[in-house]
Amino acid sequence: MPSFLHSLASPARFQRIANAIMPWAVLLTVGLIGTGVVWGLAFSPPDYQQGDTVRVMYIHVPAAWMAMACYAVMALLSASFLIWKHQLADLAARACAPIGACFTAVALITGSLWGKPTWGTWWVWDARLTSVLILFFLYLGYMALAAAFDDRERGGRAAAILACVGAINLPIIKYSVEWWNTLHQGASVFRMDGPTIDNAMLWPLVLTGIGFNALFVVLLLVRIKSELLARRIEVLQRARAAGRS
Amino acid sequence: MDGVNSFLDMGGYAATVWPAYGVTLAILGGLLVVSLRSLSRRKAELAILESQRERPRR
Repeated sequence: MPSFLHSLASPARFQRIANAIMPWAVLLTVGLIGTGVVWGLAFSPPDYQQGDTVRVMYIHVPAAWMAMACYAVMALLSASFLIWKHQLADLAARACAPIGACFTAVALITGSLWGKPTWGTWWVWDARLTSVLILFFLYLGYMALAAAFDDRERGGRAAAILACVGAINLPIIKYSVEWWNTLHQGASVFRMDGPTIDNAMLWPLVLTGIGFNALFVVLLLVRIKSELLARRIEVLQRARAAGRS
Repeated sequence: MDGVNSFLDMGGYAATVWPAYGVTLAILGGLLVVSLRSLSRRKAELAILESQRERPRR
């Protein structure tokens, strides 16, 4: 493993780095999401076709970005756990899963609410919606598998393999709107030729987008800390049980 | 008051916009609360275990 990653992977160093990052991440989360949401709800213009329903975008789109980004992080951590067998990678991947599942649920539910007035239906089995639903089930499957074995290591390995195989779903989600004829619209921000969305709507979206990233960092750090404590508790309890017998 | 009402009305799409923001707050806020609670619960549990370890029973 590269020495930089190795040094990061020590729990003590992780705690130090996490404690240094945390206040900034909290500040960015509150400031950017707060500003972006107020801007998006009150000051950005209604869409010329969709009217005020377009305001769902300022949370739906960042949630969908994070649903995918979180999976990418989880898959990379899982791969490094499989390759280098470092416990902190497994622990961090486990911390990612519920966060990703929640972002995916937000993307699906807000999308459904947005779909009703825009498409006339809550749900359609088109490529984008179906592939994101599969993403949601991948997160659930990962969590179930990671907790399914008495031997933590075996559960972690099985779940990590699922996370790596499931990563094939990410490009499918991204390009689903190009490869298939979907009801879901195509990309309008991350495009080769630049964003096609007006600045009055792009700005609040960028703010909530970065804010959601910061929220992800906050949630991840809290959950990794918590997982580290759980391991320590397990070790102490086992030592005590061994001392008794 | 009219301004507030028309803002809450969301151009007739109040039933789309407000539930979307509400659900987002409920899910992400809920996850944050659950995560923080489990962190502080484990901190307390660990403190008890470590204090017991420092004073070994005879």
